[in-house]
Amino acid sequence: MTTGWTVESVRQAVLTKKASAREIAGEYYKRIAAQNPKLNAYLTLCEARAYEQADRVDAMAAQGKTLPPLAGVPVAIKDTISTRGVRTTCSSKILENYVPPYDATAVVKLEAAGAVILGKTNCDEFAMGSSNENSAFGCVQNPVAAGRVPGGSSGGSAAAVAADLAVAALGTDTGGSIRQPGSFCGISAMMGSYGRVSRYGLIAFASSLDRIGPLARNVSDTARILQAIAGRDPNDSTSTTAPVEDYSLTLTKPVKGMKIGIPKEYFGVGMDEAVREKITAGIEVLRNLGCELVDISMPHTDYAIATYYIIATAEASSNLARYDGVRYGPRAEADSLIGMYRKTRGAGFGPEVKRRIVLGTYVLSAGYYDAYYLKGQKVRALIADDFRRAFGRVDAIVTPTSPVPAFKMGERTNDPLQMYLADIYTVTGSLAGIPGISIPCGKIGGELPVGMQIFGPAFGEARVLQLAQAFASAGGATV
Amino acid sequence: MKISREDVLRVAELSYLDLSEPELEVYRAQIDEILEYIGKLNELDTSNVEPMAQVLTGDQAADATLREDVVVPCTVAGDVLKHAPDPEPPYFRVPKVIER
Repeated sequence: MTTGWTVESVRQAVLTKKASAREIAGEYYKRIAAQNPKLNAYLTLCEARAYEQADRVDAMAAQGKTLPPLAGVPVAIKDTISTRGVRTTCSSKILENYVPPYDATAVVKLEAAGAVILGKTNCDEFAMGSSNENSAFGCVQNPVAAGRVPGGSSGGSAAAVAADLAVAALGTDTGGSIRQPGSFCGISAMMGSYGRVSRYGLIAFASSLDRIGPLARNVSDTARILQAIAGRDPNDSTSTTAPVEDYSLTLTKPVKGMKIGIPKEYFGVGMDEAVREKITAGIEVLRNLGCELVDISMPHTDYAIATYYIIATAEASSNLARYDGVRYGPRAEADSLIGMYRKTRGAGFGPEVKRRIVLGTYVLSAGYYDAYYLKGQKVRALIADDFRRAFGRVDAIVTPTSPVPAFKMGERTNDPLQMYLADIYTVTGSLAGIPGISIPCGKIGGELPVGMQIFGPAFGEARVLQLAQAFASAGGATV
Repeated sequence: MKISREDVLRVAELSYLDLSEPELEVYRAQIDEILEYIGKLNELDTSNVEPMAQVLTGDQAADATLREDVVVPCTVAGDVLKHAPDPEPPYFRVPKVIER
């Protein structure tokens, strides 16, 4: 059972005084208290900060002021995003007691838009994983499929939204970490173009790939959250000055005549047949909406996983050098400085993080740089070119989000390569820097959610959202 | 075999990462399998391909969007030091630095 709250219904309720922002936040904290011990979606709650913000919103309503677009909306924030005064762990022991001295820009923008931040959500350690099983603080349960993973790495954000322990959430996506858990939990989950949302205050994993984006229970809420956090930030030189479109202007426009590319490489071997069936039915929904379906080929798709795991681990090995026991986190005692670094890092990082540091350091090391890292950067250019070429012919590209639905806990933890291979449909868009959304596209056996992914060209967020909205309105979630 | 035990030890040294004996062998085997898979990139001739070192290009490139380098006051030094493992304001204290 959900409360049925949406971004707009919360704002309306506060505006018309049917409910106060404080009451709505209280209602959510009650739900969290009842359900979180089982789900493990939240790691830290920040009631004082939430109620303070709710009271600010209620005071604005009392004074008859114009309410901002997210007034009173309870949101959850992935624990890789900094929140001033609120513990931010990246689900790692090495940041177990870290309290950031500043807020991420995305968090500042959400609160400026009236949102009420409820707490911080569980994820794979440093966002490295596709199942949430790499959290140092225990796995998150999938709220819609008992005994199965919620996906990852933004598993806590996806589970919190799916279980209605928040109206929306922020996640982060490096190779699929917003879209894949969105797909596994049956919600709407979007990464904007690289550069669309400021990453100031996002704890870095792979800087040429990391993005912050929204997860919500419907496309319209997803658009509203993205709208609030998008835009240039002087504190992040990779946030662009490209104008932010007003997504509400085109969200409900018809999509008749839109050209949709269906890349054959996304429907090959390794795809669960039940997923294929749902996506095929979803594509029929688009056809019935008057979209023109175009068969396309993206010839370098099959090289995306290899490319991604070179680039992402190389960047991670560099970004994670800062965890050295000097400035934050626990410190392991040793007689020498180097010994202290080694012991602190050995004790503080979990297995997946260590594995990626070793692999990433290796592909960057003398003698291997050209064969791996440089090669990866070159193939990345080819993958980005596949998309550039495709968007010369079509307006959007539709694929499955994941080749498989949510799998059982523990089923894949012993084989990292098999886990990586399941990211095949999401890492491509990450490497190319383009926007992508995952939206519900039926449930296998009426239970296991399937996600359909829509890619658009760089800074084509409005079109991606428009197509997603049309698909959802036409009953795409129940194919 | 793509990666040896000595390679893993060398990389662990480079990245200041203590690995236990069992970790060493497990990661070696797993990374070996991953590198084997990554080898498929050699099917592609990339001799005439420019590496993609930046996602944003042209007027959106990071160096085109740099701001003026002006000094702004930093008011969080106290908070930063408060959460350090061994602070001695205004410094972080570390173990003695000796020759390796």
